[in-house]
Amino acid sequence: MQVTMVSVALKQGQVTPTELCQRCLSLIKKTKFLNAYITVSEEVALKQAEEAEKRYKKGHSLGDLDGIPIAVKDNFSTSGIETTCASNMLKGYVPPYNATVVQKLLDQGALLMGKTNLDEFAMGSGSTDGIFGPVKNPWSYSKQYREKRKQNSHSENEDSNWLITGGSSGGSAAAVSAFTCFAALGSDTGGSTRNPAAHCGVVGLKPSYGLVSRHGLIPLVNSMDVPGILTRCVDDAATVLGILAGHDPKDSTTIQDPVKPFTLPSLTDVSKLCIGIPKEYLTPELSSEVHSLWSKAANLFESEGAKVIEVSLPHTSYSIVCYHVLCTSEVASNMARFDGLEYGHRCDSSVSTEAMYAATRREGFNDVVRGRILSGNFFLLKENYENYFVKAQKVRRLIANDFVNVFNSGVDVLLTPTTLSEAVPYTEFIKEDNRTRSAQDDIFTQAVNMAGLPAVSVPMALSTQGLPIGLQFIGRAFCDQQLLTVAKWFEKQVQFPVIQLQELMDDCSSVFENEKLASVSLK
Amino acid sequence: MSVQASPTLFMASASAAVAALSDVITFKRVARLGEDALRRPTGSEMWARAVHLCLRAAARGRRGFTSKADPQGSGRVTGELIQHLERLSLVDFGSQEAVARLEKAIAFADRLRAVNTDGVEPMESVLEDRCLYLRSDNVVEGNCAEELLQNSHRVVEEYFVAPPGNISWSKLDEKQPFPHH
Repeated sequence: MQVTMVSVALKQGQVTPTELCQRCLSLIKKTKFLNAYITVSEEVALKQAEEAEKRYKKGHSLGDLDGIPIAVKDNFSTSGIETTCASNMLKGYVPPYNATVVQKLLDQGALLMGKTNLDEFAMGSGSTDGIFGPVKNPWSYSKQYREKRKQNSHSENEDSNWLITGGSSGGSAAAVSAFTCFAALGSDTGGSTRNPAAHCGVVGLKPSYGLVSRHGLIPLVNSMDVPGILTRCVDDAATVLGILAGHDPKDSTTIQDPVKPFTLPSLTDVSKLCIGIPKEYLTPELSSEVHSLWSKAANLFESEGAKVIEVSLPHTSYSIVCYHVLCTSEVASNMARFDGLEYGHRCDSSVSTEAMYAATRREGFNDVVRGRILSGNFFLLKENYENYFVKAQKVRRLIANDFVNVFNSGVDVLLTPTTLSEAVPYTEFIKEDNRTRSAQDDIFTQAVNMAGLPAVSVPMALSTQGLPIGLQFIGRAFCDQQLLTVAKWFEKQVQFPVIQLQELMDDCSSVFENEKLASVSLK
Repeated sequence: MSVQASPTLFMASASAAVAALSDVITFKRVARLGEDALRRPTGSEMWARAVHLCLRAAARGRRGFTSKADPQGSGRVTGELIQHLERLSLVDFGSQEAVARLEKAIAFADRLRAVNTDGVEPMESVLEDRCLYLRSDNVVEGNCAEELLQNSHRVVEEYFVAPPGNISWSKLDEKQPFPHH
């Protein structure tokens, strides 16, 4: 059930914020094995629910998000609540302030259920490399997946072959997918919101760079990072974006243009739309199932009257390399702040500052982070700066220009796959190292970050194995509303099935049996 | 540059070591490090390490770092480069795999050479066409020294406490090369 409808139910008193909160907390406990949450802020959430309840009783609700449970990825600073980035470096770190986006949600009365799990410092595409362990995809336990496995007579232990969520915002995606919250914040540097959204069957929105404040988001790549939004439907993503977007004096990279919350129109006529299909995105590694769904989607638009044309983004094959150089270079710079002096982990040695920094960083960072720092510093060496870093910046311009050219030729929205295939089992995923996996999995998503464009992953259908596959829409810069309008139309056409997590829903089954609007369904 | 751990080797190449060290290092410090070394586990472990270090000091990075060169690598990651990167990053490689990963990363990045970027300006930000505004220079927040100090492990009154800063990091003081994590 979408957030605006829950909001109506709250206003009408059909359910109270406390009841909603309790239900989500109980689901969080039941789905603990998913490992989606690092910190569950139970007391905070209940207190916020109490306050929301008082507001509703007086008829003074703050808006659509008042009393709605949300979750936040653990690389956003939350005042008084531990923020770890799934790293030893920040274990035990309690920020003294809220990230701007967190503050905006709290100002609207949203209930903060907890901080979600991620890859360490958001580096990775599986949510498998954090110190709190990997996140399990809720679809591993869905009726849809399980039934397909029984059909194929897989007799092994049910839990041993669980699937990854994708990453790095896997915890947020799993939290939304398993109904433990209505919306979650992720971050998106190379696809970290869209990738897990596609694998977990939820909507993952990456807003235009500069639209949403990054103040309080622990930075990875300052020129590409964007807070991401994960929800169960496109309308909810628009609701949350409307609240988060806008200039922030604390983040000088946010644009000054005024932004207002918006409701998405329900498109009935797509005949004026021009959809672009980038031909370079048809790679040999793309699974045949995703390919066929991609074709099906293109045909769908065409059959409804839209103009669907093939376009070219000629520098696509270089984008992953360019991203790799720029990302590691900026990471090397951003990670330099972790020295153990003012916050975070500090080693026991005190021989010299440099020795202390070195030991602190060795103890605090995992191999992935250290590897990226070292690679980044290699590319930033005096003798390499021109040939690698500046070269990559030039290639970045070429890639961004590719998109500009395509949009200038009359294309409104690009349609591409989000991932190469459906979610894979963890045992399969860890056969390759983090860097290799990131290079493979980010292929459709990272060019968007380099160009700063908005993009959204919308779940389309289940694979033959019963797992979600999502497709990506890419829009023009700052045309997030138009992008989401097209995505909403598509979502309505494909009618992606609801995940069936029957065993978990037993307690709430009495509510779900009731089909009337009056019942508030977490679905 | 490397400082010898074993007292015998230390004496023998002390002049070479001192010549290689930066001006910041004083004899007093070098002697103190020698003392530290004496407290380390003795025996063959130390000798093996000393020999290893001596060879490295002698080679001064002219040789490749290890005989087990990564076949995929470009051979550009020399011992000298490793030390340099570790010093700059204040993060260690930690294992042979990490060095191999760097070599692969470099090989991967080399693919950029194939792109023709003549006449193309580097792009620093996607918002390059917009102005970066300055806010007015008014103090609107602050006075939170206590809150900020709470996050640090070592604080004295209103100061963050750091160990002495004028000592150049020599990784040999603090750890074995390539510890197993």
